[in-house]
Amino acid sequence: MPDAKFKYVLRLADDQLILGQRLGEWCGHAPTLEEELALANIGLDLLGQARSLFTYAGEIEGKGRGEDELAFLRPEREYLNALLVEQPNGDFAVTIVRQFFHAAFMVPFWSAMAASSDETLSAIAAKSLKEVEYHLRHSSEWVIRLGDGTAESHRRTQDALEELWGYASELFEMDEVALEVQQSGIGVDAAALKPEWDATVNAVLERASLTRPADSWSQSGGRTGQHSEHLGHILSELQYMQRTYPGLSW
Amino acid sequence: MTEKNTPLWEVFIRARNGLSHKHVGSLHAVDSEMALQAARDVYTRRGEGQSVWVVRSSDIVASDPSEKEVMFEPTGSKIYRHPTFYDIPEDVGHM
Repeated sequence: MPDAKFKYVLRLADDQLILGQRLGEWCGHAPTLEEELALANIGLDLLGQARSLFTYAGEIEGKGRGEDELAFLRPEREYLNALLVEQPNGDFAVTIVRQFFHAAFMVPFWSAMAASSDETLSAIAAKSLKEVEYHLRHSSEWVIRLGDGTAESHRRTQDALEELWGYASELFEMDEVALEVQQSGIGVDAAALKPEWDATVNAVLERASLTRPADSWSQSGGRTGQHSEHLGHILSELQYMQRTYPGLSW
Repeated sequence: MTEKNTPLWEVFIRARNGLSHKHVGSLHAVDSEMALQAARDVYTRRGEGQSVWVVRSSDIVASDPSEKEVMFEPTGSKIYRHPTFYDIPEDVGHM
C-alpha cells in the first residue's frame, strides 16, 4: 500500500509539474501581456500544487527525498504524468485546449479528493479546487471565443481538439495502483468522473460552435513511465539547474 | 487591428470592505468577461483586491484639460469651504 500510494501521489504531482512547466514556456512569448500573466498565474498555481504533492510523496516514501529530489532528479522513465500534459504548447489554441481538457478533469477530481480519508490530500484538494475552477473558467471562455471567433481561430481550435482528443482518455484510467488507493478510501475513482467531464466539454464546445471529435484513437502510457518524445526535452530544461549545481536552493 | 478587436478597459479595485474602488490601470480585452479575468490576472496577483470593476475606456466621460481654469480655479479663492475655522473640543479626540 505505501508503494501504491507513493506512486499515486507522484502521478498527481508530475501532472501539475509538467503542465506548469509547459505554461512557463509562454513567458515572454504569449500573444498579449494580459494572457502572458494569465498563463503564468495558472502555471504558478500548478507549481504550488506540485510542491505540496512532492513533499507529501517524499514523506510517504520515507527515504529522505524532498520536493527538489523528486521534481528534478529522476530519470525520464520514473516520471508518471499523463501524456496530455507533456504535449507541446503548439499554437495558442493547442495550449488552451490542453488546459481546458485538464481543468475540466481536475475540477471534479479535486472535488472528490476533498472527501479523501487522507487529511493531507484532502487539504491539498480543497486549496487546489479553487485554483482549477478558475483555470476551467479561463480556458472555457477562451475556447468559446476562439471557436466562435474568426475562420482561422475556429480552424486552429478544431485542429487542436483533434490533436489532443486521444490523450484525454488516459486521465480516467484506473489501473492496479489507482484502484488500490481508491479502494482504501484515499484515492478518487477517476473513471466515474468521465460523465461530468463529457458534460463540461460538450457544453463548451456547443457554445463555441466546435465539433466534438470522434473517439477514433487514444494513447496512454505516461502513468507507467512510457512517454512521448517530448518529455525528455522538457526535463533537460527543467533539471538543468539541479544537475549543474547539485543541492542548489533559493 | 489589435485595438479594434481588443478595446481598452479601465480597471478599478476595492482593496477592503468599506473602501471605495480605486483606479489601478488599464488593459486590452475582447469583451467584459475577458476583461474581468484579465483584470484579476494582471492587477490582483498579490492579494490586492476584494472586488474588481472594469469599464470600457471609451465610456468614460472626462473633463477637458484646456478648461481647467474655468472648471477648477474659482474654488481656489474660497478658503472658507475648508473646515479650518472650527475649534474642536478636546473631548472629541482625534478626528
